[in-house]
Formats: sequence, structure tokens, C-alpha cells
Amino acid sequence: MSDQPKILLRSVFKAFGDTTVLDGIDLDVAEGDVITLIGASGSGKSTLLRCVNLLEPIDDGEIFLDGVDIAEPGLDPDPIRRRIGMIFQSFNLFPHMSVTDNVAVGPRKVLGVSKSEARRAGLELLTRLGLADRADAYPDQLSGGQQQRVAIARSLAMNPEVMLLDEITSALDPELVGEVLDVIRDLKRNGMTMLFATHEMAFAREISDRVCFLHRGRILEEGPPAQIFESPSEPRTQAFLQRVIDAGRM
Amino acid sequence: MTDRSTRREIYERSRRRRSIFIATTSTIVVVAAMIVLVPMAPGWDRVRQSFFDGDVFAETFPGLVEAFWLDVRILLWSTPLILVVALLVALARNTRSPALFPLRAFAIIYTDVLRGIPVILLVFLIGFGVPALGLSRTWANPVIWGTVTLVLSYSAYVAEVIRAGIDSVHESQRAAARSLGMTSRQTMGTIVLPQAFRRIVPPLMNSFVSLQKDVALVSLIGPVEILRQAGIDKAKFANFTPYVAAAIIFLAITIPCTRLADWALARQRRRTGATTIA
Repeated sequence: MSDQPKILLRSVFKAFGDTTVLDGIDLDVAEGDVITLIGASGSGKSTLLRCVNLLEPIDDGEIFLDGVDIAEPGLDPDPIRRRIGMIFQSFNLFPHMSVTDNVAVGPRKVLGVSKSEARRAGLELLTRLGLADRADAYPDQLSGGQQQRVAIARSLAMNPEVMLLDEITSALDPELVGEVLDVIRDLKRNGMTMLFATHEMAFAREISDRVCFLHRGRILEEGPPAQIFESPSEPRTQAFLQRVIDAGRM
Repeated sequence: MTDRSTRREIYERSRRRRSIFIATTSTIVVVAAMIVLVPMAPGWDRVRQSFFDGDVFAETFPGLVEAFWLDVRILLWSTPLILVVALLVALARNTRSPALFPLRAFAIIYTDVLRGIPVILLVFLIGFGVPALGLSRTWANPVIWGTVTLVLSYSAYVAEVIRAGIDSVHESQRAAARSLGMTSRQTMGTIVLPQAFRRIVPPLMNSFVSLQKDVALVSLIGPVEILRQAGIDKAKFANFTPYVAAAIIFLAITIPCTRLADWALARQRRRTGATTIA
């Protein structure tokens, strides 16, 4: 493990029209770190993740992956995205493909792995995530929790160096959240670097190395979970956490 | 079984019986009315003689089927060409890079112009216009230019259908594919187009059925296909029955095609979908 951060954001700005969504974000993510982003809807969590995955171009600033500025205009984004996995709130599985093909399509198309090898590896991943018996099903035939685990398997099939998790349990029924979070715990044990936007405060507290509180496109407060959740110094962090407690979510 | 569920069962059974009864009775009434009332019309005898003459039917039917083979050939040639051209035009319209503006502009003009001209006019313009350029004998064949006309006109329509299908695939599907590292071309080919085509099967079948009928327009520039053959037979026997025979031959192709598409779609839905809502 090198001293160089895995991901480094330097004064990242992003606006949609007149609305500034990211207003000078600085963030260091070391290899193996799990960083959670908390904050109200619209605070910029999702946009931040999408910018790191180059799904949205940033307006200003730098994003380094292993010391290379991946936000450099004109850079081919495809080889970079290959190294970064992304899990979406709404799963975004490919509905016209079986579960196995969903997992195998990335390695087949992007890495040039043979069909049989990609399916074999995919099945192995699905078995690891407890989905072996659904391998031939189609996404619409699965529960939300199963769909999200397939989405994680699809992303893991590319052997990503970093995972971006965008509110991955927000669309799930409460009793299905646990099975997805178990997978994330497992990933952390294996040393996966993760940037995790979430509303699951208890889980954020358990799994994070650091928590960032976003407010109107800025990281207002950042620190170890115990500090952020027990003695936040920013009044706006306190207010946000109080609202979460009042809503019975913590 | 509880009393409530038994009562529900009885209720549902009675409802089923009632709807079957209504469907059967109304069908019988309509068919009977047609059989009884139509022959009562004052001109029925004349209509029967000039449209439903059994002897004329038997005599002309084989010739019409043979002429129909030309329609089928034109159809088989033009269908794949239409799909390919339409797909290219749809993809051209979907390009975003400024460098490809001329391509996009061409696609827009193509669809606007060719959809805006009636097929029958295009058949005349191209069918008579292009051979008049003084082409060699092989290229002066009206069947070729008839086919070209159909391809031009229908590909403009179908391009718009395909474009609508592409647009109907949610952006999040593209995001998921791109986040795996797929190129935009791979995303289009493996993720977007397969979903788009499944959705547009009904409108595509609709166009296909319409094309089967519009093939007959090629007869206007010369080739003896089924409509022209029926016209020749009509003149020969001074009887309209050949037209009825031609209509039956068309139906024999178009109806199975639509049923086949419905069946394929239903199977697709059963295989990939969750439960269907009644």
C-alpha cells in the first residue's frame, strides 16, 4: 500500500445551469478507506459520486485516481470507469438479460473474457452473494434486495479498485436492507475502497472510517464516525442529525 | 374452506359464466344478422355475381397466387433493407457530437422529406424518373425502383419508430453500462438497442403489415404483381371476384404475421417479467 491516496478531490465545482451542486469539494480517500457521505437530499452526495465516475463532467477542480487527474478534459473515460464500480439507488439491472448475463456482460464486452469464462466467474460471484439459485432468473423476478445484490455482483465482476455506492438501500423495504449491508461489510473486510452516500446512519457509524457531512455542495464537517455522530461541531450537522433522530431513523 | 372464501368462489364463477354467456350470444346475433340481412339488400344478387363468382375465383386464383410471389419477393428484399437503413438513420439522428452535425442534419431531412410525400407519389417519381436517366437495361427494371421507393419511404417511418424506442430506454440503463466501462457503442449495441427493439415490436409489425399491402403500389409502374394481375383478370372476365381473391391472399399473409408477433411478445413477457396484472 502506498502513501498516495487512492482518490483525491481538489476544489471540485459542478453546476447544473444556475444551480451550484458541488461548491469546492476537497476529499482524500486512502486505499481501503470507507468514506460515507451524509447530508440532506440535494446536498450533492449523488452528484459527487457521479462526478468521480465521470458520468458527469466537472466544471472546475481536479479528481485524482492513483495520482492521475481523471477529470482532465479529453481523457478517454472508459478505461477509468472500468476501475471504478458504481452501485445505484434504483439497481439499474439490465432487464433483458438473465442474472448471470447481467454479471457476465461487463467482463465479456469490456475485458474481452470469453462467454463461458465470464459466466463461470459470474456464477461464482453470485454464489458468494447467496444468489446461485437465481442465476437464470430475470431482474424483474427478483426482490429488491436480491436485485441490489446482483447489481453489486455485476460491479464486482469487473474487479474494481474503488466502489461508489449511491444510496443503495434507499429503494429497499426495511427488512431487505440487512442482506445488502451484509455484502458491504464483507467488502470492507476484504479491503475495498468505498465512497458511500447513505441515509443509513447506524450503518454509516458502524462501517465508516470517516464521515463527511455535505451541505449545499460543500463538505461542512468531516471526521471519524464517533465524532460526527456524538459531538458534531457544526450547528448544521447537529440540526441535520437531530432531524434524522426525530424521524426515527437513528 | 371458510364461508367467505366459498362465497367468493361462487361469486367469481357466476361472473365468469355471465361473461361467457354475453360473448357467445352477441357473437351469434351479429353473425346471424349478417347472414340474414346482407342478402336482403336490393343489390345483393348483383354483388354476389360480380364479387363472389365461384367459377371466376377458381379460374383466377392460381394465377393470382403466382403473381403474389413477386409481392413476396419485393417484401423479402425490402424488409431487411428498411430495417438497416432505418437503424442507420435513427442512430445518425441520435449522434451528439458537433462534428457529426451534417450526418444528423441529413437524417432529419431524410425523415422529414420521405415521410412527407405519399408513397404513391414517390412510386411515380422514382419509378418513372430514375429509369429516364438512361440507365442500362438491367437497371431500368421497375421492380428495382419500386423496391427502392418502398425502402426510402418506409425506412423514414421506421427510423422514427426506432428513435422513439431508443429514447424510451431510461438514461439510468446507459449510466449503468457506462459505469462498467462499456464504450458508448457497446452500450448502444448490448444494452439500449435490444431493449428498444423489444418495445417497438408492435409498431414495427404494424409497419410490416402496411408494407405488405403497399407492395401492391409497385404495380403502378409496370410489374405484374397481384394487384395488376387481378386488374387484368377483372377486365378479362368482366368480374370483380379476382379482387376479392387477391384480398384473401393478402389476409392469408398479414393475419398470421400479426398473430406471430403477438405470440412472440407474450412469450418474451412471460420469460423476463414478474407476474402480469389481470
